Amino acid sequence: MTQALTLQSISAHYGTTQVLENLSLSVAEGELVSLLGASGCGKTTTLRLVAGFLQPTSGAITLGGRDLTRLPPYQRDIGLVFQNYALFPHLSVADNVGFGLKQRGISGADRTKRVTAMLERVGLAHLADRLPGALSGGQKQRVALARALVIEPPLLMFDEPLSNLDAKLRIDMRVEIRQLQRANGTTSVYVTHDQEEAFSISDRVAIMHAGRIMQLDTPETLYQRPANAFVARFVGFENLIAMKVVARDGAKVTAEAPGGVRLTLSLEQFGTIPDRFTLACRADGLAVTDNLAMEGIPATLGLRTYLGRAYQYQCETPAGALVANGPLTRPLEPGVAAKLVPVPEQCTILAPEAD
Amino acid sequence: MTQKIHPLLIAGTVLVFMFLVGPLIIVLGAALSDTTYLTFPPQGLSLRWFENIFQIDAFRRTIVTSLQIAFLSTMIALVIGIPAAYALNRHRIQLPGWLSTLFILPVLVPELVLGFSLLKNLAVQFNSPIYISLLFGHSLLVLPYVVRVISASLASFDFSIEEAAISLGSPPLKTFFTILLPNVRSGVIAAFILAFITSINDVSISIFLTGPGLSTLPIQLLAHMEQFFDPTVASVSVLLMILTVAVMAIVERTLGLTFLAK
Repeated sequence: MTQALTLQSISAHYGTTQVLENLSLSVAEGELVSLLGASGCGKTTTLRLVAGFLQPTSGAITLGGRDLTRLPPYQRDIGLVFQNYALFPHLSVADNVGFGLKQRGISGADRTKRVTAMLERVGLAHLADRLPGALSGGQKQRVALARALVIEPPLLMFDEPLSNLDAKLRIDMRVEIRQLQRANGTTSVYVTHDQEEAFSISDRVAIMHAGRIMQLDTPETLYQRPANAFVARFVGFENLIAMKVVARDGAKVTAEAPGGVRLTLSLEQFGTIPDRFTLACRADGLAVTDNLAMEGIPATLGLRTYLGRAYQYQCETPAGALVANGPLTRPLEPGVAAKLVPVPEQCTILAPEAD
Repeated sequence: MTQKIHPLLIAGTVLVFMFLVGPLIIVLGAALSDTTYLTFPPQGLSLRWFENIFQIDAFRRTIVTSLQIAFLSTMIALVIGIPAAYALNRHRIQLPGWLSTLFILPVLVPELVLGFSLLKNLAVQFNSPIYISLLFGHSLLVLPYVVRVISASLASFDFSIEEAAISLGSPPLKTFFTILLPNVRSGVIAAFILAFITSINDVSISIFLTGPGLSTLPIQLLAHMEQFFDPTVASVSVLLMILTVAVMAIVERTLGLTFLAK
């Protein structure tokens, strides 16, 4: 039933503005891939292209080997869940869920049976006769989910399905969506701007920017080993320091940052280190210490903010402005000279980017 | 909890109310008068001037014509106006802003000008039959109301609902009838009523487009007044009022008059 989705070198334009640039993406059978990015990055455009509401200027879209590119949207057989639910206001919950089955010519007892079974799965069997207007946000989204799932589509697509719900419900619903998706093994594309949501729910996440996929990987890889500066910043590596290797000694590499700051990095912890690279560190990846004997980036501390688990400092260093965290046990005052010591587990190496 | 209302406010309200309702009461009174001339207050009470309407052949014919034209022109305006309003709202971003103004144009142009130009260009130039010209004129007259009212109810329509239906396998045209229309039903009814009333009460356009053998009720009323000064005039007016009020009452009962004000 479920099928793999492939997008092959898709470009799309609104008028003369290019919104997608040569985008390729494949989603394996039963996999859930999220498209993650800020608004305007092209994630919704991608979803609407697959749904057939937009036409690409070039490229091809295939689902289970079937070419969708020129197929009208009502023949694509894709389950869609919208941000604003998009329930039919004049139809009861049961008729909403049964709508897709009706279009497929499934009638009478069979339809009723499948609608009831689906409503039971999302826990709304008791609301079958209500109109959508009488439901809460969470209930509406469950109906929308049931309506998309009941047609047993080979592909399920979600367009920011949880943005209109409150925080607590959002977490419950994403677990529920993931469980239903797993149970059915339906290939899914999930569009969101919420990083936590994307990472928690997906097999793989595509981080998008300016109509391109910047990196497509498992959440773990994206979080720990971003491939480029954009993704690194996106997943919270706040400090990007351009560096140049000046000496190699066995497993130790000495590299120099702007301002003449030298750091010794271990190949064991960082893997391969190219001659020129960017050291990306989270705020937690630069430990603030007033022990000036330690090896690290010399810094003058600026504004201190309280994070609950640590103090965060805005720091002035020869390598530029950096953000670093220090222990709660030793709050330091602004103006104090300190060292910022890299914590390898919270840092990563970015290869130089071509362009 | 009572609140003291300024006496001047009460007086002002009563005056405005009288100004609005007064003429209607006078016409109603005059229509019920037993005299052979128009007078108010009525002298004697009788319904014979109402009977008189139906005895005069011209009135009988024009009532039928007026109802026909009102119904047909409204239907034509709906057939053109609903898709137009749909397109204007669905593709608001892609379409130029002046396009929706274009559909309001017939109400902005003085009706007399519209009537005259229709006469000159349709009836004279193309020698089109009177009935067709009249129907065309009325359709044009009521189209802006249809487009406006339907647009108002489409403005709050969430078009992703339409996409949801299409993604579930319903072709666009079918979706239009099964999903879109049921959700703007009240707008369609309101548009129908507004258009119908506008058409049936119209003088300015009809006066140019009626001709020998074909007239509408308001035009026939004017013609009658030129020759006779009997209460038939008042009773026909009352008849038109009743028709309008009846239609409004249906709206009020089904949708609420506030709907029209939107």
